[in-house]
Amino acid sequence: MTDTLSKLTAKDFTSDQEPKWCPGCGDHAVLQQLKNTMADLGLKTEDVVVVSGIGCSSRLPYYVATYGVHGIHGRALAMASGLKTARPELSVWVATGDGDALSIGGNHYIHTIRRNLDMNVILFNNEIYGLTKGQYSPTSKVGLKTVTSPNGVVDYPMNTVALTLGSGGTFVARVLDRDGKFMREVFKRAAEHRGTSVVEIYQNCPIYNDGAFDVFTDRERKADTTIYLEQDQPLIFGAEKNKGIKLDGFMPVIVDLKDSSVSLDDLWIHDEKDKLKANILAGFFDDPDTTENCLPRPLGIFYVEDRFTYEDALDQQIAQAQADGEGSLEELLAGKSTWTIK
Amino acid sequence: MVTSKTSVSVLFAGDSGDGMQLTGTQFAETVAVYGTDLNTFPNFPSEIRAPAGTISGVSGFQLQFGSKAVYTPGAKFDVMIAMNAAALKANLKNLHHGGIIIANTDGFDAKNLRLAGYGEENNPLENGTVKDYSVFEIPVVTLTREALADTGLSTKNIDRCKNMFVLGILYWLYSLPIETTIETLRTKFRKKADVAEANIKAVKAGYNFGDETEMFSQHGRYSVAPAEKKPGVYRRVTGNEASAIGLTAAAKKAGLKLFLGSYPITPASEILQTLSGLKKWGVKTFQAEDEIAGVLTSIGASYGGALAATNTSGPGLALKAEGLGLAMILEVPLVVVNVQRGGPSTGLPTKPEQSDLFIAMFGRHGDAPVPVIAATSPVDCFYSAYEAAKIAVEYMTPVICLTDGYLALSSEPMLIPTPDDLASISPKFAKERKADDPPYLPYKRDERGVRKWAMPGTPGLEHRIGGLEKQHETGHVSHDPENHALMTRLRAEKVERVADIVPDLEIDNGPEKGDLLVLGWGSTYGAIKIAVEQALQGGCSVAHAHLRYLNPFPKNLGEILGNYKKVLMPENNSGQLIHLIRDKFQIEPVGFSKVQGLPFNEMEIEAKITDILKEL
Repeated sequence: MTDTLSKLTAKDFTSDQEPKWCPGCGDHAVLQQLKNTMADLGLKTEDVVVVSGIGCSSRLPYYVATYGVHGIHGRALAMASGLKTARPELSVWVATGDGDALSIGGNHYIHTIRRNLDMNVILFNNEIYGLTKGQYSPTSKVGLKTVTSPNGVVDYPMNTVALTLGSGGTFVARVLDRDGKFMREVFKRAAEHRGTSVVEIYQNCPIYNDGAFDVFTDRERKADTTIYLEQDQPLIFGAEKNKGIKLDGFMPVIVDLKDSSVSLDDLWIHDEKDKLKANILAGFFDDPDTTENCLPRPLGIFYVEDRFTYEDALDQQIAQAQADGEGSLEELLAGKSTWTIK
Repeated sequence: MVTSKTSVSVLFAGDSGDGMQLTGTQFAETVAVYGTDLNTFPNFPSEIRAPAGTISGVSGFQLQFGSKAVYTPGAKFDVMIAMNAAALKANLKNLHHGGIIIANTDGFDAKNLRLAGYGEENNPLENGTVKDYSVFEIPVVTLTREALADTGLSTKNIDRCKNMFVLGILYWLYSLPIETTIETLRTKFRKKADVAEANIKAVKAGYNFGDETEMFSQHGRYSVAPAEKKPGVYRRVTGNEASAIGLTAAAKKAGLKLFLGSYPITPASEILQTLSGLKKWGVKTFQAEDEIAGVLTSIGASYGGALAATNTSGPGLALKAEGLGLAMILEVPLVVVNVQRGGPSTGLPTKPEQSDLFIAMFGRHGDAPVPVIAATSPVDCFYSAYEAAKIAVEYMTPVICLTDGYLALSSEPMLIPTPDDLASISPKFAKERKADDPPYLPYKRDERGVRKWAMPGTPGLEHRIGGLEKQHETGHVSHDPENHALMTRLRAEKVERVADIVPDLEIDNGPEKGDLLVLGWGSTYGAIKIAVEQALQGGCSVAHAHLRYLNPFPKNLGEILGNYKKVLMPENNSGQLIHLIRDKFQIEPVGFSKVQGLPFNEMEIEAKITDILKEL
C-alpha cells in the first residue's frame, strides 16, 4: 500500500517479481530509470498502467508495482490505445521492442503515432530478436550474421526516428541504455508531453547482439560518433568539442571549429519545434563502422509538437453531443420513429 | 374492386443506382406504421456500382407484409417491380406463377435489352416470356418527367424521382396511405425543400396514375388488413441496428461505458456506424487500423473497466482469434458480434451464410472455450447482443454473438421494451484494498469460478497480468505443469457454468414427442417456423426447436432430442452444428445444407420434412 500524501520513490514502483532478464542486459537500466521517472513525476501507483506486447522488454510490466497488462505480440499499442481512449485520466506507458513495435506491430505503430493519444512509448531497440533466440530484426544492420541470416542481413534497416516523424509523431527522442541520467531527463520530458511520446533506446543485448552500439557507447569513439541535442544550443560534438554541424541549404556539413574561417554563429542551432530540421536530423543514420566521415548519431529530443490528442477530441465530441444531457435508456430504445398499436 | 389478402411479398428490383433500397425501405415503413407485420430483405451486389443495366448491377429489396405474423420476406414474391430488363431477367424465376409484374418500359429499350442479355430484338415483355403473369407496362421515366416538368429541377434530378412514382403506384395498388412517406421525405430532405417536394409530387403522381389509368380497371386493387399484434409502441429495426442498440442498452443497464473497437467489414459495418452516432449516450467508437487492433483496443478498454465490444464478419473473426484467446486467459469481458457472410476467404461478402460456427466455437489456439450465442431474427439481434454483454460482464469472459448478413440487413417491427423489461447486468468489481487487508488476488474466483474486475485507478489493487499462464489466484506468471492443467480446467468450467443461466430450450411449435424434430439455429428461424407450421397443418408429426445458445447448450437439449425418432438440422453451411450435436449427444441427425449465399425458404424445408417422414 502506498501513502498518497508522501511522494513515492523508485522503490515504491518496484514489484515483488524479480526481473528475469540476462545479466548485463540493457533492460535493467531502462527499468530503473522508468521507476525513477515515475517517482520524479509524483505519480501514484494506482493511476499508472504499463502495457506491453511480446519480447524480452515486454516483460517489463511484471516488474513495476503499478497496474500492468502484458498482451500479445505487436499489439501493445492497440491495447494501450483502447485503454487510454476508455480511461483518459490514467497514465499509460508502453514497453515495446524493435520487433514488437516495428515488425509485427508496424501497422499499429504508425497509426498510434498519428492519432497522438497521450501515452508514453518506451521503445527498446537492440537490433535483434532476443526472446526468440537471435533472429535478425527490422533494425538489424545490413550484413549482420544471425541464425536466420547466416550469410548476412540483406534487409535494409528501419530508421525508427524517421518512421516516427513520418507518421506524424509529436515527441520523438533517442537515448542510450548506458546514459542513465540523460535517459531519466528525456523520460520525464516524454511523460510531461501531452500526446504520444516515443523514446527509442539503443539497448545492448549481451547474448545475441553484444556490442551492437559499442560504436556509440565506447569511451574512445562516443564523442565522435554521437551528438547530444540540446535546445537552442549549436550542434557541437567531438572529444575536444572541436566539430560542429552547419547547414548548407538542406545539406548538413561537418565543420572543424579549429578552422578560423568557421564561426560559432554559422552552426546549426537545435530547435525541437522545427520539423524540417528534425527530419534532417533523423537522416543522420550512417553506420560509423562502414561509412567514412559519417554524421554523428543524434541523441536526445529530436522533435516536439503541440497537437490535439485523440482522447481529448473524442471527449469533446461526446460533451458536445451531451450538451443537453446524456441520452436516456428510454430514448435509446425508442429511436427516432415509432408507432403505437392499441 | 378490392381483393383482401392475408400476406403479400413484393420485390423492388432495378439498377444499383435506381434507389431500390430506399423505395423498399419506404414501403416497409408505411406498412409498419399502417400496422401489418413485416420482414424485409435487401439483396444487392458487392460492387458499389456494377455496370448499369447489367444483371450484375441488379439491386433488389424484398419484403413481405401480412395481417398475421410474418417471419420471412417470402419464399417467392407475389409482385415484382422491374425497373429494367436485367431486373426482370435476374428475378423472374422467383415470381409466383400468375404474379404481378410492374415493368418500367423505359428500362426495356434496345440498350437495356442488349445489356440484360436478351438481345435488342427480343423484348421479354413481347416475346411470350411473361405470358403467365399479370403484366403492367408503364413508362415510368416518361411519366415522372411529365409530372415533374414544372418543378424547375434538372432532368437528371427529376429522373431520380422515378422510384417514388413507382412507390405511389404500389401504394394505390395495395390501398396504403402515402402520408408516412411524405413525412419521411420532408425530414430526409429537410435542407433541400425542392427535392423533397419533387419526390412527394412523384409519389402522388404515381398514386393518381393508379387511380386514373384504365390499366388496372380489370385487375382491381388489394388490401392487407393490419395484423393483430401485442399492443405497445413499436419501431422498425434492422439486425445491425438492433445489435448496436443492444450493446448500448446493456452498458446503460450495467452502469458501464460502452467502447467499440472495430474495423469496417461487410455486412457488419452498420454496427460501427450506428454506434458512432450514439455519442449522446456516451458511446466511444474507435475505428481501428485493422481487425486485430479492433479486438485489442477493446481488450484494453475492457481492462480499463468499460463494456467493450468489437464487431466483424468471418475474415475479421479469423484475424481476431489471437486477441480472443488473450481476452479469454485474461478473463476480461468482451462481446464480439460476428455478422456471418459467405466464405471462405472473401467469399460472398454481401450474401448471408451460417458458416462461422466452427471458428466461433474452436477458432483459437490452446483450450479456449468461449460462450456463443446466435440471434434468430432482426429483433433478436438486440436481445442476443444484450445477453452476450450480460454473460461477458457477469462471467468475465469474451462472448461471441453470431448474426448473419440476412438478419443484419433485414428489418422487422420491434415492440420497444421498457428499461425494466431488460434483465439486470451486475458487474462485480474488486474493492479498494486498505493497508492491513490481505494481499489482493486477481484470480481468486467466486463459487461460479468467476474472478472480479479490478479497475485501474483503484488503490491497493495494482496487479500485473498478461497472456502468460497465471498462477492460481495470485495471477503471477507460472509455468508449473499442474497449475496449467488446473487453470485450463477452471476456465473451461466457468464457461460451462454459463449453462446455469441459459433458459431451457422450448418446443417452438409442434408436439412434445413425435416423429421428427427440426432443430435450427440462428437466422433459419423464420423459414423453419413456417415450414413446420405448414407441415403440421398437413397432419405431419413434426416439431420445431431453435437454438440461440450454442455454447454452452441449454441443459435440456439432450432430453428434447430423445423425444423424436429423427432430427432434421437445416443450416446455411455444409453442416457445422450437426457435428456438435453428434459429438455431444451421440445421435445421427439428418443434415440439410444450403450454401448458395441465400437464406432458406420455407418450401425447401417443408419438402425435406415431407421426404423424411415418408421414409420413416
